[in-house]
Amino acid sequence: MILKGRVWKFGDNIDTDIIIPARYLAITDPKALGEHCMEPLAPLFHKEVKPGDIIVGGFNFGCGSSREHAPIAISALGISLIIAKSFARIFYRNGFNKGLALLEANIAGDVEDGEIIEVDLSSGVITWKDKEAKAKPIPPFMEELINAGGLINYLKKNLEEGKHESI
Amino acid sequence: MGMTITEKILASHAGKAYVEPGEIIDAEIDLALANDITAPLSLEEFEKVGATKVFDNDKVVFVLDHFTPNKDILSAENCKKIREFSIKHSITHFYEGGQCGVEHALLPEAGLVLPGDLVIGADSHTCTYGALGAFATGMGSTDITYGMVTGRTWLKVPENIKFICHGKWQEWVTGKDLILHIIGKIGVDGALYASMEFDGEAIAALSMDSRFTIANMAIEAGGKNGIFKVDEKTLEYVKERSMRPYRVFESDKDAKYREVYEIDAGSIGLNVACPSLPSNVKNVDELKGVHVDQVIIGSCTNGRIEDLEIAARILKGRKTAKHTRCIVIPATPKIYAEALKRGFFEVFLEAECIISPPTCGPCLGGHMGILAKGERAVATTNRNFIGRMGHPESEVYLSGPAVAAASAIKGEIAHPREVL
Repeated sequence: MILKGRVWKFGDNIDTDIIIPARYLAITDPKALGEHCMEPLAPLFHKEVKPGDIIVGGFNFGCGSSREHAPIAISALGISLIIAKSFARIFYRNGFNKGLALLEANIAGDVEDGEIIEVDLSSGVITWKDKEAKAKPIPPFMEELINAGGLINYLKKNLEEGKHESI
Repeated sequence: MGMTITEKILASHAGKAYVEPGEIIDAEIDLALANDITAPLSLEEFEKVGATKVFDNDKVVFVLDHFTPNKDILSAENCKKIREFSIKHSITHFYEGGQCGVEHALLPEAGLVLPGDLVIGADSHTCTYGALGAFATGMGSTDITYGMVTGRTWLKVPENIKFICHGKWQEWVTGKDLILHIIGKIGVDGALYASMEFDGEAIAALSMDSRFTIANMAIEAGGKNGIFKVDEKTLEYVKERSMRPYRVFESDKDAKYREVYEIDAGSIGLNVACPSLPSNVKNVDELKGVHVDQVIIGSCTNGRIEDLEIAARILKGRKTAKHTRCIVIPATPKIYAEALKRGFFEVFLEAECIISPPTCGPCLGGHMGILAKGERAVATTNRNFIGRMGHPESEVYLSGPAVAAASAIKGEIAHPREVL
């Protein structure tokens, strides 16, 4: 799959309290969560971002809380991809579980805010202007999750096939 | 090749004789935990899956601790959903009202986590239980749904980093100072995806309360779990609480570690993490004169009886500074009762502290102690990210209970020796 979008650059250690502050966590509606996404750093982000835009981060993106409200808020704004040098473990897991694609590539120093980049999700090749970068391959199990349509669909499929007792 | 304690627990739960870092395993879980913030999303997913029952009603735990006692209508509605689900599915370990404490203090205290267990929780500080020689890690709500339905989870076996502590601790220094020292040294992603194992005679000298604090903050270094050897202190702690059998695992001598750090306990002073990362660590003496508006003594990091005792020793016969408020939060009803019995509440009240019921509220800027623009707090909590405790332009300094109590008295960041 090819994704093409405008870059929103954020720095290193973008934590979940920035992505969605805790005072909004009683909210479960994705759209309402999206309205507070990145609020402490960029209060107008939710208004200026467009569906298809791509977030580019530095290292340790998504550190902090286990709150799934974070990938939910990002996805609710129509962002389908985050590229970062590295991701915090729980956020990485949550992203794939919720169908938000995450690629590990160190491009934050080379792309500019607002620049249009093109990403081939299957090969991990990222292109912009005359430049090219390659993301780390997605682990095979994560690929299996994406192919199944996220963890819940993966579980549904397993339950239907009788792999687990409960249902 | 030998295995670490973490690898042994993972192997045993995956029905394997041997596992190695990088391997993806399908493992049986002993417990799945969620709270009033994360459980509502888990329950939504539970419905989407079309599941009709949980894998074991004794092994799913819900603790309503973050926005409780409920701060608003939305949080009350969320708690109601969890309550109704718990009644419908006969969830044994549903905690609220007067039973409810900060989850990571509550579960070990109630004997719900035992050595050798594999625990997953929809809260990043689930890693706290590593202090008991269990493998415990934080995940998202959807992962907990998967665990609630199947009794299993998928895990990547982590690499291992060992921290060996030798020597004797300085006065007032606790587990919080050690873990802040480590995070300051390796950074907030220094243990990304890895297991952090703690060993050495200085670790053995630490109380269980201090060990919980250390394991709790493994996540602040990016760690997957923090874990301790099971010793006599662990067994003593578990003995009064365990209601089922458990297994003690120990790392082999030839187990493989990505890195090994040797730490001189005596060189560690009272540490403070400055805004806005837990790795921005300084010695307390470097922060003299920094005014403090609010002090929080509590949370899953430092709301245990040892922490309250240290605070009471320092606050006894003294008062908080004129323009500094100090909020003390015993982490569970049992700790609350114990603090009351030992006379700590009298000390806190005379020192003009606010005593709060057990709640996670202020730690995450939820309720019971929100900061205004430009305000500064010293908190015994575990995170000081931008806007963590309120306004994006407020600041949080993280410390252990001794610095927090001394700072409350002085109204500035202080070492206990400055007020005693």
